[in-house]
Formats: sequence, structure tokens, C-alpha cells
Amino acid sequence: MAKIEEGLLYSESHEWVKVDGNVAIIGVSDFAQSEMGDITYVDMPAEGDEVGRGEDFGALESVKASSELYSPVSGTVVATNLELESAPELINKDPYLAWIIKVEMSDRTELDSLLSPSAYRTQTEK
Amino acid sequence: MEDTLKITCLHDRHVQLGARMSPFAGFDMPIQYSGIIDEHNAVRHAAGMFDVSHMGEIFVSGADARKFVNHIFTNDVGALEAGKILYGMMLYPDGGTVDDLLVYKEAAPDLFLLVVNAANIDKDYAWMKENSAGFEVSIDNASDSWGQIAVQGPRSQEYLCGIPELSPSAALGFYEFRHASLLGSDIIVSRTGYTGEDGFEIYAPHHVICHLWDLFLNAGVKPCGLGCRDTLRFEAGLPLYGDELSAEISPVMAGLSIFCKLDKEEFIGREALLNQKTCGVERKLVGIEIDDNAIPRAGYPVLNEAGEVLGTVTTGYHSISLDRSVCFALVDSASAALGTPVQIQIRHKTFPGRVVKKRFYQTNYKK
Repeated sequence: MAKIEEGLLYSESHEWVKVDGNVAIIGVSDFAQSEMGDITYVDMPAEGDEVGRGEDFGALESVKASSELYSPVSGTVVATNLELESAPELINKDPYLAWIIKVEMSDRTELDSLLSPSAYRTQTEK
Repeated sequence: MEDTLKITCLHDRHVQLGARMSPFAGFDMPIQYSGIIDEHNAVRHAAGMFDVSHMGEIFVSGADARKFVNHIFTNDVGALEAGKILYGMMLYPDGGTVDDLLVYKEAAPDLFLLVVNAANIDKDYAWMKENSAGFEVSIDNASDSWGQIAVQGPRSQEYLCGIPELSPSAALGFYEFRHASLLGSDIIVSRTGYTGEDGFEIYAPHHVICHLWDLFLNAGVKPCGLGCRDTLRFEAGLPLYGDELSAEISPVMAGLSIFCKLDKEEFIGREALLNQKTCGVERKLVGIEIDDNAIPRAGYPVLNEAGEVLGTVTTGYHSISLDRSVCFALVDSASAALGTPVQIQIRHKTFPGRVVKKRFYQTNYKK
């Protein structure tokens, strides 16, 4: 049973968002990491890159497959989790601790269309 | 498309072990149990076992059996002795590949066992029947009554010897086999595999396969899924039909000419291969390594330094045993020489690399 952390927002494509002022901290859900299996590589954007809501900003690679990452919000990448370059398996270990990017949001109202933990639970249990 | 998936005799055990199951070649097969990396490393450093019961077993017998097998098979069974095995292909007249397979020479005169890929059983059987006109042979597709377990890894002989009925098979050399008896059934043990490690493949009726699986499991052999079967064979430079061999990819293109005996009197596809050897082929299968951890996947484009397309990746991984990103790719023959600089396009970026030998991992077969 995949763990769904309270206090976060979720996208239908299994990213989570933690809101910190005007910055969205983005990672993937426990459901996403368990579906992927052993994650061996994280393809991340560079600091300063613009990302659009629903656009891919990178990918997770497992041994067997790659899975694109979609940004739940629009804005500018202000940080990437460099620890994941040498230790991508941190996402498997704790997907809610291993954030991937931080985005300075250009439109906070986009948060309104994201899923609450309970709504996300309903989606993954479908 | 298959309406209903077939299952192997070990299906219940896979589900009980919590394997992640997925359709493969019309069968519901285990892709992984504990994880691909863990299973891969078990085979490289200890021992793992695979349910490969989906593979096809086709027996060819009759007065013309040897002549017939030589007619449809690229390797030469002319002098193949009882207890020995050869790898090779069946070809279309244009040199395209019907399948790659193992041929076992049984002790009975004029009896051969052909072990073929699961996805190709029906096609291969039909192909053999179709090309058997004029040969006094009987072709028996026994795939549904045989199961198969592959025990692979440096400790596989030790585990085999833990089962008294199988221990005489420890004396087998690579690509040799013998019969044994277990639970009153006749079984086949061969020193073969698809991992680059020493190991054994055991063919037996379903109830014996289930018994063997339980014995190996209790002895500590790690159950391994098709996920790591692919990463292991890939590192060892071994082709997978559908990726590196196909109706469009001949053994000459795939770099497997050593298994095609062109000095043999005749076989289907021989003239086409001779022509390919003489005139060259447009594309060749190569190994490529890139200087990044990004993973080249099947279908990604291979480019030259100027960004022009040279070909396509057929299989690629971040190699578990070597910790670098490598792939097989079919590229223009002019760019197939070792050391040729190339780039691979992965999503929005290109990654520089070079052509290297296809055997990425030093294999450890029984000498």
C-alpha cells in the first residue's frame, strides 16, 4: 500500500508539491517510486530553466524504463537536488524526503487545481 | 493479439513470492521479485534461477533428421555428437532471421531437440513443417509438456550438486547436456544459459519443474525475473530476437557470422548471407558507451558528431555490473568501426560516446 503524505498537494501524474512561501518543492509520490522500481538516474533541468504547468521537466530512469516528470506548476527552477545525481535511489528510500526541484511559482492559482492527499488517494486506488 | 495469457507450471509460486507479473510472449511471466538490481547481482556473484518454461521445445526425428536440421539451421550439425549443443539461427531465403535457437543432439540416432524462443514457437513450428517437404522427418512441438528452469551464476554447480540425481551433471562442459531421472521422469540438464555466467538449464515435465524450483528455493537460490534476464544477457553481448535479430536483421548484420557455416553444402538463407559477406551490409549492430549516466533506450536515435542520424538503439541500460551507460545499436556500416565517435539523443539532449565491443561484460563460462 503506497504511502500518501499529509500536508502536500499531488498531481494526477504522481508528483507531489510542498508549498514554501512562493516556492513549490516538487518530488514524486511513493506510488510512483514503487511502480518504477529501482531508480538509477534522475534527469533534471538546470537552475534558471523555465518550466510550464503540465510540461515535462525531466525524467526518472529505472533499470527497465524511463518515466517523464511533469511540473505541477509554472515558474523558474531555483534549485535542483544535486544529491540525486550520485544517489538516485534516495527517491526509492523516502520519496517525500528526496525532493527533485524547487520552482519559484509564477502563478500561485495553479495550486488550486492540484489534488489533496485524500483526492490523490482516491485516484491511486482506482 | 493474444486473447488470454498462458501461464507456466510455476505461476502460482511466482504469485506467492510476490513477483511483479507482466505479459511476455503470450505468457504471464515474472518480471522481478526482490528487484532487478538485487537479482542481477545474485546471478553475477552467487546463483539465481529463472522460470523459462515459456521457451519452446521441438523434437525432430527420422531418417533425414540430421540433413533436415542442417537445411534449416545456420550452424553445422553434420558432425554434432550425442550430448552436444550448438547455437545458431533459422533464416528466410533473404537472410532475415526466423529465430535463434539451440540444437541438442540426442543419443538416439536421428533425434534432435530444438529449443526456440517463446514468442516464435508457432511461427518456427510452421516454418519447419513448411520446409520439411522431401525430408523423411517427424517434427513434434512438445513445448506444452516441458517446463524449464535456468540456474545461473558462479555457485550454480554447487546448488546443482545439492540434488543427488543431478550431481553427475557437474561434469558437463559448456554446451553439453545429459539426461537424468527425477521423480521417475526423464529430464535434460544442459550447461547453457543466457546470462554470461556459468549455469545450467533443466528441462523436465511440469511436476518435476515445480519440485526442482522448491528444492533450489529452499537451498537459497534467488528467484529471478525476466527483467534481470535481459540486463544479464545484454551485458554479456547476447542478442534478443525481436531487438537484435529479426526478419529484417540477419546474423551478418548482428555480428553473428561465426554461427553461420557458409562452407556447409546448403541451408536456407546461405546465398543471401554469402552475398552480404561479399558485398557488405548497410547496417551493423554495434556496442556504444556514453559518458553520462543517462540511459539510451530502444528506439533512440544514434547521431554522428554533425548531428546526422546514423541509426537506432536496439537495447540499452545503465549497466548494473559495469556502472556505465551502454547500448546495442544498428548503425550505418561506415560508422561501425570500434572507436567511432557518436552521440545518442535522449529526450531533449544529446550525449557523446563511442563505438565499443558488444560484449560489455567479461563472461565466465565453464571452460
